[in-house]
Amino acid sequence: MARTQTRKPFRWAPVFDHTILILGALFMLVPVVLAFITSSHSAVQIAREGIMFTPGSHLGENYSKALFEKGGFTATIDGMVMLKNSLILGLGFAIGKIIISMMAAYALVYFRLRFATFAFWIIFTTLLLPLEVRILPSYEAIQRLDLANTYTGLIVPLIASATGTFFFRQFFRSVPEELAEAARIDGAGPVKFFIDILVPLSQTMIAAIFIIMFVFGWNQYLWPTLITTDEGLFTLVRGIKQIYQTMIDANSIPEYGQALALAIIAMLPPVLIVIFFQSWFVKGLTESDK
Amino acid sequence: MAQVKLDGVGKTYPNGFEAVKPCSFDIEDGEFVVLVGPSGCGKSTLLRMVAGLEDITAGSLSIGDRQVNDVDPADRDVAMVFQNYALYPHMTVRKNIGYGLKNRGTSAAEIDAKVQDAAKMLDLGALLDRKPSQLSGGQRQRVAMGRAVVRDPALFLFDEPLSNLDAKLRNQMRIEIKALQRRLGVTSIYVTHDQVEAMTMADRIIVLNGGEIEQIGTPAEIYHNPASKFVASFMGAPPMNLMDAQLENGEIKLNGSAALTAPAKQDYTGPVTMGIRPEDVVIDAAGPTPFTIEIVEELGAHRLLHGRLAGHPFTVHVGKDTTATTGEVKLQINPDAIRLFQPETGKAI
Repeated sequence: MARTQTRKPFRWAPVFDHTILILGALFMLVPVVLAFITSSHSAVQIAREGIMFTPGSHLGENYSKALFEKGGFTATIDGMVMLKNSLILGLGFAIGKIIISMMAAYALVYFRLRFATFAFWIIFTTLLLPLEVRILPSYEAIQRLDLANTYTGLIVPLIASATGTFFFRQFFRSVPEELAEAARIDGAGPVKFFIDILVPLSQTMIAAIFIIMFVFGWNQYLWPTLITTDEGLFTLVRGIKQIYQTMIDANSIPEYGQALALAIIAMLPPVLIVIFFQSWFVKGLTESDK
Repeated sequence: MAQVKLDGVGKTYPNGFEAVKPCSFDIEDGEFVVLVGPSGCGKSTLLRMVAGLEDITAGSLSIGDRQVNDVDPADRDVAMVFQNYALYPHMTVRKNIGYGLKNRGTSAAEIDAKVQDAAKMLDLGALLDRKPSQLSGGQRQRVAMGRAVVRDPALFLFDEPLSNLDAKLRNQMRIEIKALQRRLGVTSIYVTHDQVEAMTMADRIIVLNGGEIEQIGTPAEIYHNPASKFVASFMGAPPMNLMDAQLENGEIKLNGSAALTAPAKQDYTGPVTMGIRPEDVVIDAAGPTPFTIEIVEELGAHRLLHGRLAGHPFTVHVGKDTTATTGEVKLQINPDAIRLFQPETGKAI
C-alpha cells in the first residue's frame, strides 16, 4: 500500500522549550502554593508536621487573626495597620522616585546646563552605592533631623533614583525637539511644557517605572527595620518577622499559620499592581502616541 | 501683519562655525518670501533666528517696529509650521490648535470660536476630536497650519513644511498654503530646499549658499537673470547648462572646438562660463551648433534631450511635438538667453 502522506518528523524543540517554561513556572509557584496550603493549618500542627500538602481547617481563622488580631510587644499593631504602612511606603517610594527622577531628567535633557553630562554620570554612579552602603550616614542624618519613626524618615532617604533618572532621560531624548520648540512659540514656559506635554507623553514610562518601584519599595526590609522602632509604623514585610519572633521569645509555639497567612497577604498588593498596570502599560505601548 | 527687517543678522556658533554670514534684507508687509538653498546653507538657522529659537550673534532683527533680538519666541507674535508638524501627540486636533491661545489666557469661549473658524478654513471640521496619530500626513499638515492661523500672528514661518508629504499631496498643499497666505495677507517666510516650491510660491526668493545670500529677487528674475553660477545651477529643473568658454571680440568660443559662436554684447575678453537654459535652445537643421543626443527623457508634456555639446554635458528641452532620437542634430541657440559668469568667482558678468 502506497503511503500518500509522509510523516512529519517529530519536533523536539517546542517540547524542550515548554519543559523549561513549565519547570520554571513550577519552581516559582510551588513554594507560594505550599505556603498558602500550610497557612490553613493550626500552629500546633505545623510545628509538629512541618510543611503541609493538603488544605487544613484553620484558613479563615489564621487570616482573620493575621489581619485583625493585635500583636507585637505592645499589642497595638495588627495586619491591617501594617498593610496600610506598607502601602504608604510603596506608594510614597514609587511616586517620590518618579517625581524626583522626572524632574532631574527634565533638567538634564532640556536645559543647556554646563555640566549636564557630568552631572548625569555622577547620578548614574550612585547605582554603585545602594542604600546598604550608605546606611549609617543615612541613619545618622535622619536621626539628627528627628525623623526616625516617621513616614518621612521612612520614605524620603530612598526616593533619589538613578535608574528612574536614566530611563526618563533616555525617553525625553527620544521626544522630538520640535515639540519643545512648538510649545515655546505657543507660549508654554518650561513648567507648562513639562506638565502639559512631557508628563502626558511619559504615561507609559511612568506606569512602567511605577510597577518596578512600587514592588521595590514594598519589599524594603533593611531600612524600615532600622528607622522604625515604633510598632505602629511597622510594614508587612518586617511585621511577619516580628510576629514570629515575638512568639518564639514568649516561649510558646510560634504562630506559623498566621505568619504564613501574613506572607501571602504581603504578596498580594504587588501582584495586583503588576496585573493592573500591565494591561494599562501594554495598551499604552501599542497605541503609541509618539 | 508686519514688515521684517534684517540688518546684518548673522550666526556664529560657540565653536567658531559661522552658520549664517551677516545678511541684510527687508520683507514687505504681506509678502511671501522663500529662503531656498541646499542642505546646510543656513536657511533653517536664519528662519530659527527669526523665530527666536536660535540666538542672534550679530546684527539686528525687527518685526514690525520692534527690535526683537532678545524677545522670547512666545512674544514675537510669530507662528511656525515645522517639517515634522510637531503636533502634541496626546492632544486632540481641537486642543492642538487651541493650545497657543490657552497659554495666552484667551477665554474658553473665544478659543472655541477661533478654533472653529480655523478648522472651517482648513477643512478640519470633522477631525477636531481626533488625535494626530489618527490623521494622514496631509491632515496633520493642515492641523499644523491651523495652529499657526488661529493665533493670527504678525508673521508665519514655515520650515520645510511639505518635505514629509508625497509628491501629489505636496503639489496640492503648495497651492493651499499659497492661497491661504494670500487670503490672510500675513507676512510669511518659507524655507525649502525644493526649487519648484520656491519658484511657485514666492513673491520673492532669497537664494542661500554656504551661509551667504547669493541672490534676492522675484522668481522670474532669479530664473532668467541668475546672479551667479550657483543660482543658475540650483534653480530650474533641469538646471541651466553651464560650459567653460572663451569670450573674444563679442564671440563665445567653447573650449576644445570653436563649435559655438554666438553674439554677445559684453566688451570683455577672457575665459567665461556660459549658461543657457535648456528651453532657450531649438533643434534646427540649419542651426550652427552640433549636438549629440545620448538619452531622451520622455516626460509626457515635453522631452529632455541629454547629450554632449562640444564635449560638455548639455540638456535641451523640447515640446512634445518634437520627436527626437539619439544621434547628432543641429541646434539654434537664442543669443539673448545666454548668460555669462566669471569662472573663478561664479558671479554674473
